[in-house]
Amino acid sequence: MKTRTFMAASGLAFVATSAVAQEAKSIDQTVNEVFAKATGPFVNLIFAPLPGTSFPWIVLWLVVAASIFTLYFGFIQFRAFRHSIELVKGDYSDPNDAGEVSHFQALATALSGTVGLGNIAGVAVAVGIGGPGATFWMILAGLLGMASKFTECTLGVKYRNEYPDGTVSGGPMYYMSKGFAERNVPGGKALAVAFSVFCILGALGGGNMFQANQAHAQISGILGDYPGWITGLVFATVVFAVIVGGIKSIARVTEKVVPFMGVLYVGTALIIILMNIEHIGWAFGQIFAGAFTGLGVAGGLVGALIQGFKRAAFSNEAGVGSAAIAHSAVRTKEPITEGFVSLLEPFIDTVVICTMTALVITISGVQIMDPETGRFILADNGMIATTGDVQGVALTSAAFATGFSWFPYVLAVAVILFAFSTMISWSYYGLKAWTYLFGEGKTTELVFKIIFCVFVVIGAAASLGPVIDFSDAAIFAMAVVNITALYFLMPIVKKELISYQTRLKSGEIKKFNH
Amino acid sequence: MTAKLIVGLDGGGSGGRAVEYAKKLAKLMGGAELIVVYVIEWSPFSFQTPEENAERHKRRELEIEAAETRVVSPAVKALKADGVKVRGMVKHGHVAETLDRIATEEKADQIVVGRTSEAGIANRIFGSSTANLVMHASVPVTVVA
Repeated sequence: MKTRTFMAASGLAFVATSAVAQEAKSIDQTVNEVFAKATGPFVNLIFAPLPGTSFPWIVLWLVVAASIFTLYFGFIQFRAFRHSIELVKGDYSDPNDAGEVSHFQALATALSGTVGLGNIAGVAVAVGIGGPGATFWMILAGLLGMASKFTECTLGVKYRNEYPDGTVSGGPMYYMSKGFAERNVPGGKALAVAFSVFCILGALGGGNMFQANQAHAQISGILGDYPGWITGLVFATVVFAVIVGGIKSIARVTEKVVPFMGVLYVGTALIIILMNIEHIGWAFGQIFAGAFTGLGVAGGLVGALIQGFKRAAFSNEAGVGSAAIAHSAVRTKEPITEGFVSLLEPFIDTVVICTMTALVITISGVQIMDPETGRFILADNGMIATTGDVQGVALTSAAFATGFSWFPYVLAVAVILFAFSTMISWSYYGLKAWTYLFGEGKTTELVFKIIFCVFVVIGAAASLGPVIDFSDAAIFAMAVVNITALYFLMPIVKKELISYQTRLKSGEIKKFNH
Repeated sequence: MTAKLIVGLDGGGSGGRAVEYAKKLAKLMGGAELIVVYVIEWSPFSFQTPEENAERHKRRELEIEAAETRVVSPAVKALKADGVKVRGMVKHGHVAETLDRIATEEKADQIVVGRTSEAGIANRIFGSSTANLVMHASVPVTVVA
């Protein structure tokens, strides 16, 4: 019923288009200008390059952190990989806890917040600017990021709030304030407040505007160009119905359709890759060669590396802290088990799904290469020139269309659903940060939810550049605060890890299913 | 040593008939302990929103309480009034698997369930809980018409 209303509304919007097109264009432009001006200084600060180089300090910050966690926990992402899968399968779940949130559910919920446009549009941006070589750095960042995720999600469960009415609230703001107090380190509360502020911005940016923006790009790609604020209004109405109106059925339908869309996406990518099996060696060759030479992309090796790391972080959100909110509802006596489960997230998101997208784009040959030199031809904007002059999600769409001409339609539906489910997830993350700052209560929650819906419209109306910059900046600002806290709290995770492993070895922690 | 019978409740007529039959069996056996069980269908592999997850613990308590007061307690009370030794249980999970697991844990002699009352396409394809139980149970199962 709701979907029908939604379809009707978009249809209507399309009819209304021509009449208001002129006026609307100027609305979009105004929104765009004001927005770019307002967010400029914040964006510049976050992406400031290291002195004397073109390398943004924030990228180094993320990679160094992920590497430190990887070494500190002794390559936990590889050592605990099998155990993580056993945990998700429920081998260690007590049957008497049936009916509580399972490891699988916590993982699936967290994944539906991260799998989405980052994997489709984000990767296209990375490969569009950084070339196939960006994929190599993306995979590496994904593998390292597993250790960051492990650290933050363990803490998220350990320091969550459990209220007398049986609901739970968790996330970095709670481990910052409680964990720091426990270790007698000052400043936990200040970090928690800073994190909450950035989390709200991140929820409005990457979790909202970027999604609305790319969803609009998809729809207008199929229906023809029309003003973004119309898509924004339709989306905002549906989001409003779910988060304010409490119409759970819409959210429930999305939550069930999204996983199938994910499987369909990966399945189609695999088929396209198999159809081009003779090119797969060449594609990997391109990825490796590009990783170390850049194959002529803007910025060369460093350009590819920056793009790869940036998009990986934006896609899997490792070290950002959002996952710690999503994972904290699980039922377990051992917080560390959720850490193990969460490390699968960057693996699925980045190492598997993002790589699929990158491979399809590379194999498709949509990006134009000079056949004589083997280097990419650059367009005026510094991105690699493509057949049909496409970028972002449209590049992915064009690449998939070389395999199946009808796939762009499926992709459009997938993008809209992914965008929607990511918005729902982030509205919850943002709300948790908001209530941490302003207290729980019907009115304060409503204020945030309304602001959230307004930003859906702004996001759909603004153009890709400023939106993507702001989204990245807000999400990376969360990582600055979160990772600082993780450095202080990682000894606590280490203690949990050692204790758990000892008990696992001694047989004190047993499988329930054999 | 008294025999133990597990009785599956469904909050409807077929569960009621299972209880009646189990009562008769218990009398014929010259006394047996009945364990009446209501299973709330639940899968750990379903997809939920973050909000649903946050509220899950609370909802689970509410579900158990509702099943307890509406289905299990009345059945237990009625059986006790008839002088039958009885215990009640509410569990979450896959109906057939959960009944079988309880039977194994309690070392029960038999499971008594009603024939599935619901019909429909889903049951044709996936099989009803009763059919699943009959096929996989590790103790004898009596299906009451």
